[in-house]
Amino acid sequence: MLLQIKNLHVSINGKEILRGINLEVNKGEVHAIMGPNGTGKSTLANVIAGKEGYEITQGEILYNGKDIQKMPPEVRAQEGIFLGFQYPVEIPGVSMTNFMRTSLNEIRKYHGQEPIPAKEFLARMAEKKELVEITAKLTNRSVNEGFSGGEKKKNEIYQMAMLEPQLAILDETDSGLDIDALRIVANGVNKLKTSENATVVITHYQRLLDYIVPDFVHVLFEGKVVLSGGKELALELEEKGYDWIKKETEKR
Amino acid sequence: MAQDEKRLIEEVTQSEYKYGFVTDIETETAPKGLNEDTVRYISTQKNEPEWLLEHRLKAFRKWKEMEQPNWAHLKIAEIDFQDIIYYAAPKKKKELASLDEVDPELIDTFNKLGISLEEQKRLSNVAVDAVIDSVSVKTTFTDTLAKHGILFCSFSDAVKNYPDLVKKYLGMAVSPSDNFFAALNTAVFSDGSFCYIPKGVRSPMELSTYFRINAANTGQFERTLIIAEEGSYVSYMEGCTAPQRDENQLHAAIVEIIAMKDAEVKYSTVQNWYPGNKEGKGGIYNFVTKRGICKGDHSKISWTQVETGSAITWKYPSCILSGDNSVGEFYSVAVTNNYQQADTGSKMIHLGKNTKSTIISKGISAGHSNNSYRGLVKMTKRATNSRNYSQCDSLLLGDQCGAHTFPYIEGANKSSIIEHEATTSKISEDQLFYCQQRGISQESAVGLIVNGYAKEVLNKLPMEFAVEAQKLLSISLEGSVG
Amino acid sequence: MSKELNSIPVLDSIPQWFDAIVGKEGNAFKGLQNVRTSALEDFNRLGFPNKKMEKWRSTDLKNVLSFDYSMATKDFLMKDILEEVFECEVQELDSYVMNLYKGRFVYKESPLHILDDGVIVGSLSAAFDKYPELVEKHFGKYAKTENNAFNALNTALFLDGLFVYIPKNVKVEKPLQLINAVGTTEDVFVQNRNLIILEENSQLTLIHCDDSYNYKRSFTNSVTEIVLGANASIDHYRLQNINNNSSLKSTVAVEQARDSRLNTNSIILNGGLIRNESFVTLNGEGAHADILGVYLADKNQHIDNQVYVDHAVPHCTSNELFKGILDDYARAVFNGHILVRRDAQETLASQNNANIILTDKAMINTKPFLEIYADDVKCSHGATVGQLDDSALFYIRQRGISEDNARMLLMYAFAAEVTQKIKIDSLRERVEDMVKKRLRGELSICDQCVLQCSNPEKYNFEIDMSKI
Ligand SMILES: Nc1ncnc2c1ncn2[C@@H]1O[C@H](COP(=O)(O)OP(=O)(O)OP(=O)(O)O)[C@@H](O)[C@H]1O
Ligand SMILES: [Mg+2]
Repeated sequence: MLLQIKNLHVSINGKEILRGINLEVNKGEVHAIMGPNGTGKSTLANVIAGKEGYEITQGEILYNGKDIQKMPPEVRAQEGIFLGFQYPVEIPGVSMTNFMRTSLNEIRKYHGQEPIPAKEFLARMAEKKELVEITAKLTNRSVNEGFSGGEKKKNEIYQMAMLEPQLAILDETDSGLDIDALRIVANGVNKLKTSENATVVITHYQRLLDYIVPDFVHVLFEGKVVLSGGKELALELEEKGYDWIKKETEKR
Repeated sequence: MAQDEKRLIEEVTQSEYKYGFVTDIETETAPKGLNEDTVRYISTQKNEPEWLLEHRLKAFRKWKEMEQPNWAHLKIAEIDFQDIIYYAAPKKKKELASLDEVDPELIDTFNKLGISLEEQKRLSNVAVDAVIDSVSVKTTFTDTLAKHGILFCSFSDAVKNYPDLVKKYLGMAVSPSDNFFAALNTAVFSDGSFCYIPKGVRSPMELSTYFRINAANTGQFERTLIIAEEGSYVSYMEGCTAPQRDENQLHAAIVEIIAMKDAEVKYSTVQNWYPGNKEGKGGIYNFVTKRGICKGDHSKISWTQVETGSAITWKYPSCILSGDNSVGEFYSVAVTNNYQQADTGSKMIHLGKNTKSTIISKGISAGHSNNSYRGLVKMTKRATNSRNYSQCDSLLLGDQCGAHTFPYIEGANKSSIIEHEATTSKISEDQLFYCQQRGISQESAVGLIVNGYAKEVLNKLPMEFAVEAQKLLSISLEGSVG
Repeated sequence: MSKELNSIPVLDSIPQWFDAIVGKEGNAFKGLQNVRTSALEDFNRLGFPNKKMEKWRSTDLKNVLSFDYSMATKDFLMKDILEEVFECEVQELDSYVMNLYKGRFVYKESPLHILDDGVIVGSLSAAFDKYPELVEKHFGKYAKTENNAFNALNTALFLDGLFVYIPKNVKVEKPLQLINAVGTTEDVFVQNRNLIILEENSQLTLIHCDDSYNYKRSFTNSVTEIVLGANASIDHYRLQNINNNSSLKSTVAVEQARDSRLNTNSIILNGGLIRNESFVTLNGEGAHADILGVYLADKNQHIDNQVYVDHAVPHCTSNELFKGILDDYARAVFNGHILVRRDAQETLASQNNANIILTDKAMINTKPFLEIYADDVKCSHGATVGQLDDSALFYIRQRGISEDNARMLLMYAFAAEVTQKIKIDSLRERVEDMVKKRLRGELSICDQCVLQCSNPEKYNFEIDMSKI
């Protein structure tokens, strides 16, 4: 099992946001997480990636069988966890190229590998740029600086392609994308899919799931996974809306 | 649109001062002027112990060598310190045993101000020390507080009844030679409030001082001393008014706060001294030194002020964060109108480790006024892992006023973070339009926005005071508050 | 004047210097005699600044003024001086180079060049002889003497400096580089005076380097006046790299007409005590000023930047950005002051000073001031000390980069915000290289450093300058 989350409770400043999440992700799987605004989807993603400011009050996060709670975020990344941010940060003054090279080399170092030769690195950049149909202009600029909303999201997928993570968590990577970009991003994700890695997509739109077909769909509501099912669940959700979820949960 | 705005701004800036009546109370005054004899006169009038007279005289001698500070962004007509009456007390025949004996005119004065001195008539749970001109006239709820071991009385009573406490703490936060006005106050202060919260006690009610300048040609020099022992808590409020007079009147007060380990003091001020008339004639010169020391670890001092009055305000409530993990806060709304001038802000001196301070200042200038923020944030080498966040915003209503920001920031260690932000602008057209698009009249929209702008600070006031402060803002911004 | 400052040795020499240069014996700039005399009076009235003055409370000159400096008082124009003196290290910079040595103008063939397109470049004293009207029209009009002691002293005693005149519609492509070198066998006191005039719609890039070529002590008091005609544009760089025994007081006063554009960037690489003052007056609608600076200081260096921007008319924009990294015992001072006058409506002004302190011995005093008398304005200022963006830090770490390297990357990026704006490639590369070295601890021993970056093993940190 790649990722196993057991009864995860998380608070921010004493306020409980996640209230007992259970989730299991195996290699080769695609999971979709849906749910109304403010239910804790990004919180879950951030906690898995190791962002500070969250208090885990209960539960466990196992990655490849290891408890990762004490791991700093970079080590989690080096272990293969990639987070596609809902709101990617602008880092003026740090060029994309330099950023990616440093990132790739640190990950390689962690795995006992030599730094990537410059030529190979450039070739890889070129290849991956093509994959997500990103223009050279973007990679010559500072990280996300002045990127449009859609460009930022594409840039996240581009970085994912560069780093080839084992577990990719994509937090609303589809929002703000035009129809073409959506297809490109989805294609990118699909092409990177292997039997060895897994993807968790957080989304509000069933539309994305037409392109990235999930094996499982989970509905997050008020800090809990209240429903899980196959890809049909997403369709049902789109049709009936979250009110339906509310009623369902009230019934139980 | 521009025309409308002009009219609005005029309306906003032309509210009348409501508290400008003069009360006919017989007063006993010292002769005009200041020399050692004046200082002795005051001390004698108050039957003070010798050490206090000495303390005063020392301060007076220091003061004589000092010069009035001129670094503030203020135009101050020369003050003739010899043309001021330094002591004015309501004449009273004997010690007052009960409220019945208080001059009815006086009770009436406070009633007009919306302050009842009769405990049973108070709506809320607030103990009041009322200071008129130079003398504390009445302290309420003394008995209730005494049950908790809290000492709350006029400064003069404290000198009489708790001389050791006064002697120990007087001048600890503000030394007699701290600055020109502090030295002056120390020499001639007449009365004020004293408050002592014993170890572990949370004050069951808000404590409050109400200041009023009544007599003509008088200066008011009161002195407040608050001591919060280990683990104690008190919320303290101060309000001020003065009658409408053509000549300027001087007010130079000192507030000192000492917070021991784990103690917390919240000090709130609504300052509404007479600001002068529309042409800038008259009004109070308000030169105040307020300083707290967070002496113990984990102590906290929080200043909140709503400044709407005075012709001139010169005031920088400060915190010396000397205990580790201590916290200092300063929240301020300063409104200036007509020809008012304000130079106000805060000082946060970080001495202890892991100390935190926050400064939120909102200036609103209208008419021909000038409104300046001036503040100092100092991180010493020892104050490792400390933080300051300051935000100082200014809003300009009209094109004849000025809004200025003068922060002083000093960082001297690698692990601390200081962050200062400020903006100056007029009311956002976008916000106005947004409100109007939702059907809100322009007039109400201006009010809404200005109020919202100050909200962050108003929210910090105790309930009892927030209402009053909001009222006051409404008066200052009459006609625009929805 | 305080007693202490009365005993400054230089003070005793000033009357003699003045006599030698201007007075009975001197004969330089005869036409300026009155101006110089009244400037000397201003100086005598003001005296050297001391710490009691608001503008000088964080910069103490007592020590650096305590030496018995000498000053050259004749031979204003120098011919044939060793080339080695001028080694401003920006390599591969294709520029016209003008040299000042101890305040004197150095030339090979002629002190003043008049180019085909009417551009005049050369010695100010020579220009004053040849084009007195042109010089007098602007000289001393922007760098005021009545309230600025160093401007007054400079006006009274300067020997020479650079004069540039760019006629209407002329765009000078190649940068002009002024190298002022100090350092001789004795401790010197140097007064430079430069006047740069850009007529309507003209353009210039000027690099003003202050260098010392040995470790001798010096005190340079440099004043530069820049006049920008309508729609004129200047890129101005101050590149300051003097030894740790030397002091530099550098004033730049700029007067801007309608739609003119100023881009000035102070790059402070090294110096014992450096005080830069920039006075920018936006005096024509549509004028724009970018006032930038970056300082990297270590040891006992003291760096002080004072910026005064006067929005005198409506519709102007100004943008100030100063960034600094302080190591060892270094101390930096910043004081920005934006004045928006009553009728200067629709002003956009921003001001920012950000600092990173690497040790518990370094220190910063920053004062970002706003003084605003017009209401239809958008003005903002900010100052930070020790701040790296947490969310950026997390973002970088999420990509597998260690916290130390993430910090370093952000610090590099921190300075890059200013250095990136250097438009001359070779200059930018050199400055960026300096920043990188400073962060890696290659410029000084940094035992105290938060990064412990003197141990290069720990870092797999390679910044590819060409890609930034
Ligand atoms: N730093 C914070 N401080 C306080 N509350 C926070 C903080 N971060 C998140 N929250 C709260 O936690 C809840 C969950 O937020 P989260 O961002 O995880 O929601 P989400 O499901 O991703 O929503 P969306 O679909 O809008 O992206 C929200 O109510 C949010 O306001
Ligand atoms: Mg989210």
